[in-house]
Amino acid sequence: MSRLADKIQDVFNEPGCATNQVKSEKQRKKGCSKPLQPGGAAGGCAFDGAKIALQPIVDVAHLVHGPIACEGSSWDNRGVKSSGSKLYRTGFTTDMSENDVVFGGEKRLFRSIREIIAKYDPPAVFVYQTCVPAMMGDDIVAVCKVAAEKFGKPCIPIIAPGFVGPKNLGNKLAGEAMLDYVIGTQEPEVTTPYDINIIGEYNVAGELWQVKPPLDELGIRILSCLSGDARYHEVAQSHRARAAMMVCSTAMINVARKMEERYGIPYFEGSFYGISDTSESLRQIARLLIARGADPELMDRVEALIAREEAKAWAAIKAYTPRLEGKKVLLITGGVKSWSVVLALQEAGLTIVGTSVKKSTKEDKERLKEMSPDVHLIDDLRPREMYKMLKEAQADIMLSGGRSQFVALKARMPWMDINQERSYAYCGYVGIVEMVRQIDKALSNPIWDQVRSAPPWEEVTWEARADAANAADAAQSAAAAMPAARVA
Amino acid sequence: MAKIVTQTKSCTVNPLRMSQPLGAALAFMGLRNAMPLLHGSQGCTSFGLVLFVRHFRESIPMQTTAMSEVATVLGGFENVEQAIVNIVGRTKPDVIGICTTGVTEIKGDDLDGFIKVVRGNHPELANVALVPVSTPDFKGAFEDGFAATVAKIVDVLVEGPAPGAARDPAKLNVLAGSHLTPGDIDELRDIIEAFGLVPTFLPDISGSLDGHLPDDFTPTTHGGVSVAEVAAMGRAGHTLALGEQMRKAAAALEAKAGVPFTLLQRLTGLAASDELVATLAKISGRPVPQKYRRQRSQLVDAMLDGHFYFGGKQIAIGAEPDMLLNIGGWLADMGCSVAAAVTTTNSPALAQVPSDEVLIGDLEDLETRAEDCDLLVTHSHGRQASERLGVPLFRVGIPMFDRLGAAHQVAVGYRGTRDLIFAIGNLFIANIKEPDVDAWRSAAVDPDQVDAPATAH
Repeated sequence: MSRLADKIQDVFNEPGCATNQVKSEKQRKKGCSKPLQPGGAAGGCAFDGAKIALQPIVDVAHLVHGPIACEGSSWDNRGVKSSGSKLYRTGFTTDMSENDVVFGGEKRLFRSIREIIAKYDPPAVFVYQTCVPAMMGDDIVAVCKVAAEKFGKPCIPIIAPGFVGPKNLGNKLAGEAMLDYVIGTQEPEVTTPYDINIIGEYNVAGELWQVKPPLDELGIRILSCLSGDARYHEVAQSHRARAAMMVCSTAMINVARKMEERYGIPYFEGSFYGISDTSESLRQIARLLIARGADPELMDRVEALIAREEAKAWAAIKAYTPRLEGKKVLLITGGVKSWSVVLALQEAGLTIVGTSVKKSTKEDKERLKEMSPDVHLIDDLRPREMYKMLKEAQADIMLSGGRSQFVALKARMPWMDINQERSYAYCGYVGIVEMVRQIDKALSNPIWDQVRSAPPWEEVTWEARADAANAADAAQSAAAAMPAARVA
Repeated sequence: MAKIVTQTKSCTVNPLRMSQPLGAALAFMGLRNAMPLLHGSQGCTSFGLVLFVRHFRESIPMQTTAMSEVATVLGGFENVEQAIVNIVGRTKPDVIGICTTGVTEIKGDDLDGFIKVVRGNHPELANVALVPVSTPDFKGAFEDGFAATVAKIVDVLVEGPAPGAARDPAKLNVLAGSHLTPGDIDELRDIIEAFGLVPTFLPDISGSLDGHLPDDFTPTTHGGVSVAEVAAMGRAGHTLALGEQMRKAAAALEAKAGVPFTLLQRLTGLAASDELVATLAKISGRPVPQKYRRQRSQLVDAMLDGHFYFGGKQIAIGAEPDMLLNIGGWLADMGCSVAAAVTTTNSPALAQVPSDEVLIGDLEDLETRAEDCDLLVTHSHGRQASERLGVPLFRVGIPMFDRLGAAHQVAVGYRGTRDLIFAIGNLFIANIKEPDVDAWRSAAVDPDQVDAPATAH
């Protein structure tokens, strides 16, 4: 366990993280997440985070060492897509019984690895540690080592049991496992000066494939994505890339930075959400590749592509402006993930009336105020208040994750999913247009008038009640003002 | 008599089973203004939350004691106490249902003892019911957790009858197993009320998880049976226990308050529906209403129309014991043969499943056994096997995340059975292979292909 504790300290100590750089030594040790509040916590555990980060590696057998709770209710429940093997969608678990709890689960784990290799022959088995065996002291590193030697197959221990922390920590610990056991263990057959890694992109709903065509057109090869639609060998060979783009900054910054340290692969933090961010990311990729020996004419081709695609995308979005002009959006995400999404929404005529800033930095908040002076910055929006806000129609549509979906729908408000369970892809130049199209589709659906209508036999609707209450208030204040007027 | 076999392989592949705490949480969600609280790492709750949200397409109340590694090792009393205080402060529930998980069971956290201390420390919580239940996720399954919870709710919340107090013969307790949907419970309520009886369902997920628009947003369950209604169950004239899993709770209710019970293992099919209706006629002393005589007649007609398509079909079912017995038994009644039966946990119900063998296993086992079957019956996770085998899938149970209306799938009583014949019969019809000359040539080899009237087009 001390090994894990060191690992966690190491991850907390991330020098690549801007927030971390300004912290004191003591603050840094405490880590990046607030302590969880019993009875008031929401969100996944470290194991969940590790699984989210690695499961998109599609040809690997992902084996969860623990009781049925950890895999039984969560397997095959994410919308990440594969262009080949479907093995990542198979749920493997040691499903520890009472017997294993008494006598230890290592033997069952070893036999499970053997069964998986015999039946499914994957290029590697990833073994995820969970709370129960961690507490019992099952040494999955040792089991993986023995199994790898015995079966001649990489068996990779992913040590992120749920109780060590939240999802975000699990993302990073998963990245550490890749650094320790996978990256750099194989050599690619060929390399080109145009090879890149994309780190922290999971190919939710096929989003990676929205940005692949422009990269293909530019002759830029994704040597490895960590981990969307990835193959084991691609991750193992990723140390030969010339440059890297880090997509989801909080998730795997440790991987990007350590790959720069170990293999000299420069990285930048970018996003494929929104038009300007997509363009900026393409320029950055080109810049880094050129700095490492790619032909500088690449930049001209990038600029030409950007000019063409931006014009197309803006034109497509502009077409929605007459329909979306003045519509108010409540944007609830973990933090403002992408400024260019806000830009694109504004271009389409939408106004951001409120956004959650729980995970945003001070600069984020200031920038947001600048862009949209009337915006409500919401720190900890409880469902009840969200419901009230929507019901009082301070917004026309809510964009959020699935968790708050029913708050919006029950208030009879249009809602659109922008989190990881979403079924539409919103990346790159085509994705942002798709997002605007989906917003339009949600807003213009004819059900809204119908679902808000009161049944014919109902005498008082909630709108009428609200109007009446407002009228009563107004009448009361008018009455209060009246005597004064008379005296005058 | 089916032989019950336990899988001996080490690695579970494509789990059918879910853990006890989730079954427990669902049972608590059938109480009004309730908050289920899982005593474990926050992931235990978060996985369950996502599962139920996707199944019911509803906000789901569920909290966690958010055990860290250190707290787990030292013991979780403080986390449980803080969680209860915070939940009461934030959401004002009438009842908190506290379920253990794997880690806190291993540590040996004694929830009953914890709650005694919490009660002592916090007199201000006196009007909040606290129901602890032991649900380690390294043994048993969803159904076991659900059953244990209902028994514990009876134990903690039902009041013994006051001496000399009269029973109300019109009041009927209904202990509803985890195989029943909100739609099933609504249907049963209609049937029971038609006999002039006043049912109290425990748990009653038809009020809380049936997908309706509440007047205000509450973070706890908005609907379900109230703590006061549960307390009064001891004064009812009779208890109906639905599903073998409810036997323990029914026996607890009988022991505590002297309410006699009738256990109905199945509710789908003609004979099962007859038994339900006859039981209600007997309890109420009333004749069977005209409406149900008519529905019975419609069901008989549906059986006559449908039997062509069901007869001789090979079915592979993966479901929890009570669901397996109910659906498997009914399919056998319709002339199907249950060629493969896989379940999650042991139960006295299993011996009666009309199959040579019932395997306690996973969906990989079901897939291997379903190769030559005509229909796969299991929850949504059967979708991959269905695709690979080219065998149609009929979804039953939890989770059902890739179809609408999971809460309103009704399979009980005459009308429920009639509609189920249509739903599954139509799946068979949609999959009829049109005979052509080659089919007739090979008919001698594979006679199954041409024995149903070809009305698919």
